[in-house]
Amino acid sequence: MCLAIPGKILEIYERDGTLMSKVDFGGVQQEVCLATTPEAQVGQYVIVHAGFALNLLSAEEAEETLRLLKELEDSNQADENLGEGE
Amino acid sequence: MNASAPLDYRSAELTRKFIEQIRHITTQPWNIMEICGGQTHALLQYGIDQLLPPEITLIHGPGCPVCVTSLEAIETALQIAAQPGVIFTTFGDMLRVPGNHQDLFSARANGADVRVVVSPMDAVGLAQAEPERQVVFFAIGFETTVPSIAASILHAERNHITNFSILPANVLVPPAIHAILSSPENRVNGFLAAGHVCAVMGYWEYELIAAQYHTPLVVTGFEPVDLARGIYQTVRQLEEGRCQVENAYSRAVTREGNRTAQALINHVFEPVDRQWRGIGLIPRSGLGLRAAYRSFDALERFPVAFNTLVESPLCIAGQVLRGVATPHDCPAFSRECTPSSPLGAPMVSSEGACAAYYRYQRVKP
Repeated sequence: MCLAIPGKILEIYERDGTLMSKVDFGGVQQEVCLATTPEAQVGQYVIVHAGFALNLLSAEEAEETLRLLKELEDSNQADENLGEGE
Repeated sequence: MNASAPLDYRSAELTRKFIEQIRHITTQPWNIMEICGGQTHALLQYGIDQLLPPEITLIHGPGCPVCVTSLEAIETALQIAAQPGVIFTTFGDMLRVPGNHQDLFSARANGADVRVVVSPMDAVGLAQAEPERQVVFFAIGFETTVPSIAASILHAERNHITNFSILPANVLVPPAIHAILSSPENRVNGFLAAGHVCAVMGYWEYELIAAQYHTPLVVTGFEPVDLARGIYQTVRQLEEGRCQVENAYSRAVTREGNRTAQALINHVFEPVDRQWRGIGLIPRSGLGLRAAYRSFDALERFPVAFNTLVESPLCIAGQVLRGVATPHDCPAFSRECTPSSPLGAPMVSSEGACAAYYRYQRVKP
């Protein structure tokens, strides 16, 4: 139920006073209501649930995840080096 | 890695790296609850529960809207659906959830006009297309789903679509966490907070819970890398004796959440006490229509009445939903109870723990 999938906004328009859009999900296009994300622009990614965009997707997190892993591995490496030195 | 290249959140390599880190830091047993049933399925589907060190136990939470929708609400739905002139619309998950004697699927077989929609907006569209019929939408779901229902009601109001109404059964996550943590049977040490609920609501409210119960919560996404990272951050907090809210799903979630969506919810709905199937009454854990929108409440249009409702005596869904038993503890699991003839809702839903076990882990490992 709380499943939501990311898609890219191709087109924004209004229907009967409500903000709508056409969103591409890896080749499949669907109509998505933007009433909850009126600031969305064509070309941006949104995360979609029950035909509505929950939020815009930010690209920064990918880097954060990789940075966290790198940090952890570096600190493990440091621990091991320390162990060997004892 | 190129900063503009999308990260593969299903990468086995990255998932394994987080699992290795979890093994590296774990020194004692911890029970971690994933609230969301979507996460339960993903954890079992990708076998993450099997990769974790034996000290870490995942407890499956009540975050399956179909599972916690009360028997009363389902009986009400069945009675409304059976009335002449009604088109009863629902998310597909709800069709096979057992009521007292039947489900919506069998109601349809008996002649009721029950239709599956993907969005509540589709139900409004149906009402617009068929003005002589009464179109009722079964409003289930957590905070993730509520903005779509609020926006659909406003759309109907704006376009004078008066033959549309909802059967309100929405539920809220924070009151359920309070109920779990204050229960004497609680054994949860930390939580994976449901990413898509937080995409709407933010996570500032969880900071109060973390402080009140000294329990860490990590906002977590739904892909294997997200889940492994969320578990890692929860274990790290537990091992370090911290109890904070951390956001491991920042590509979709901010602390404040989606303010527009929250404003829509608050404009149309207000908190009400709600009965959770298998759990009981949780104060202010549901949403009902505000007075200005009560004309969209199906309960105001259709009289319903029923006698005492009885759950299957074999089914232990309540214990599963409270996280005190797993589906393997149920004698009926995969015997009397299967997805094609379910005794309880968790065997039906694509988010139910019993359905996840049936699909991915039918035999106890």
